Amino acid sequence: MTSNVAASSVAEPPPALEVTKSRSGGSSLGRYILIRFLLIIPTVLILVTLVFFLIRLTGDPITAALGGRLPADQLAERIHEAGYDRPIFVQYLEYLGRILTFDFGTTITDNQPVVQVIASYGTATLELVLYSLVVAFIVGIPLGLVAAALRDRWPDALLRVSAILFYATPVFFAGLVAKLIFGVWLGWLPVSGRASVRTELAIGRDGGTGIYLIDAIASGNPAYVQDVLLHAVLPALTLGLLTAGIFLRLVRTNVIGTYNMPYIDAARSRGVREGRLVRTHAYKPALIPIITVIGLQIALLLGGAVLTETTFEWKGLGFQLAAYLSSRDFVAVQGIVAMIAIIVAVTNFIVDIIAAFIDPRVRY
Amino acid sequence: MTKSRLIDRMPVVHQLRQSVGLQRGMLVAGLVLTGIFVLCAILAPLIAPYGFAQLSGPDGNFGAQQPPSAEHLLGTTVGGYDVLSRVIWGAQTALYVVIVAIVLSVFIGILLGLVSGYLGGWVDRTLVVVADAIYAFPTLLLAIVVAIAISGGQSGLWPGILAAAASITVVFIPQYFRVVRAEVVRIKAEAFVESAKVIGASTPRIMFRHVLRNSTRTLPLIVTLNASEAISTLAALGFLGFGIEPTAAAEWGYDLNKSISDVAAGIWWTAIPPGLAIVLTVLGITLIGESLNDLADPRLRARRRAKAQTPADAVAATQPASREMMGEVQ
Repeated sequence: MTSNVAASSVAEPPPALEVTKSRSGGSSLGRYILIRFLLIIPTVLILVTLVFFLIRLTGDPITAALGGRLPADQLAERIHEAGYDRPIFVQYLEYLGRILTFDFGTTITDNQPVVQVIASYGTATLELVLYSLVVAFIVGIPLGLVAAALRDRWPDALLRVSAILFYATPVFFAGLVAKLIFGVWLGWLPVSGRASVRTELAIGRDGGTGIYLIDAIASGNPAYVQDVLLHAVLPALTLGLLTAGIFLRLVRTNVIGTYNMPYIDAARSRGVREGRLVRTHAYKPALIPIITVIGLQIALLLGGAVLTETTFEWKGLGFQLAAYLSSRDFVAVQGIVAMIAIIVAVTNFIVDIIAAFIDPRVRY
Repeated sequence: MTKSRLIDRMPVVHQLRQSVGLQRGMLVAGLVLTGIFVLCAILAPLIAPYGFAQLSGPDGNFGAQQPPSAEHLLGTTVGGYDVLSRVIWGAQTALYVVIVAIVLSVFIGILLGLVSGYLGGWVDRTLVVVADAIYAFPTLLLAIVVAIAISGGQSGLWPGILAAAASITVVFIPQYFRVVRAEVVRIKAEAFVESAKVIGASTPRIMFRHVLRNSTRTLPLIVTLNASEAISTLAALGFLGFGIEPTAAAEWGYDLNKSISDVAAGIWWTAIPPGLAIVLTVLGITLIGESLNDLADPRLRARRRAKAQTPADAVAATQPASREMMGEVQ
């Protein structure tokens, strides 16, 4: 959905880098990590604030969720109990205070702590996102290198057009088509869910990690492993190929850009062979920016996961979010979105740190 | 004579003449697809066989989930609407949303970027941090939250269009803000800004006359890429149930959502047509954006067969306009 966002992010370093650059001296990795870490706070604060006030524009969450279903006096009582009749700023400060202790509120429709919802459904989303990243890496990066190496010849043209085609296809439509072809018409793969009911019962019996593949392997029954993997194929490919298209474009552009650098010409003039030139001289510097981009892809993947999970009834955080949206439980929506904001900020932090370790230019 | 030169200098026409080979093919394909989309949107009342909310014809009700037939070329939906008509009318809704979203975000984004970049100070620093925070957040989730805030869920045609457009706008503003601000910061250090100050031009005059005009060259690229993004975001919102009521307007994402259960039953005609409409529209606009992007960057432009360089090449060579679009680290 936002490949240009991803692409442009590489050119401008995150604000943390500017901060370190502008202060001369003491530019050690430790200092960089510290400053970058402190920047998580304003990012999360801004997003949480934005989400809080935007959602409150519609009024109090209890009326939104239960209005019309409860008599007016009960409604007013519940609003009073939950403290939604107090000034909005008092509520806001209280909300911030509770977030500090990792309390994101309690959902209105099914009366569960949001943290609990996130813990029980987050693992499913994590599993889907990891599968998709694997697909995106395996497909996107090698094909991007091929496209760059065979620039402007037919494989490049074919790959680029298909990358654009993948980008143009909404992930939920791709999912529906995949379901229709492989699930319904050919009958090769299951169309929805994370596993068959039997498998789900068997591997979830003694708690488990919530990541079905690990649970299935731990159960020691290859039939369960196969069942879990078969259910994952369509969602993982759908979300993964979308991301792979973005990776492909990025890798191609970066490698071509690096390939035009003077130092490559210099190496060539020294008699370094073309194959070696590409492998040892051009690839590494070209691939470092990809790491930074992956950080932003996590955000994109989480957005895509909401849609993919809805399409495949993959019972993860996104599926749950869509369910809460349709039942208008805005406390749950607010909590899940705030949690995702924190996840995104922390992921971006980790990615920046990894990039700093790999590429010394980033930290100076 | 002068007229043809003016045409040559028009944004898309100029790039079309400049392009060769694959890039020209991509640009032409993009223009054709986008042209079809715009024509469908404008001519929807004339070419759609039925209204988007029409449930019955002269022979009574259409019936739900009817397979394609002579009366309904693409069948009917689970709600009993004619699929083909809703696909055609959907183009109109999408076009409205794209136009409103782009106009709003370009105006607000440019204004914020210009003021922030030129005046600097704490306003600038605050805006940069806020824009970066929003920028890193999943765009779809942000759009959902804004949609909740504006419409509280579903709504009619114009409220729905405005809600969708505003959700998309909030996502896009940081992009325009960043690009314009970066340019403004670069340009305000140029000698001609200094000269304008020396001859006593007022700050607003320098900002809008001298700086603004020189800091918008990358915008056509972002506008095209964002137009395609706007359509996918609209569809995604509709798919998650934040669309426009089916009686108020046709919306592709909403129709796709209603077709999830059809697909499991093997009914293809309710899912494929609106989905293909999204794909082809986004594809068309993206192809234009990609080609403009490549053509603006001399390193990515396909080599011309002609030896003589055109003046356009010289201009492009001095303006690697889309560096920040290309994921390049300086």
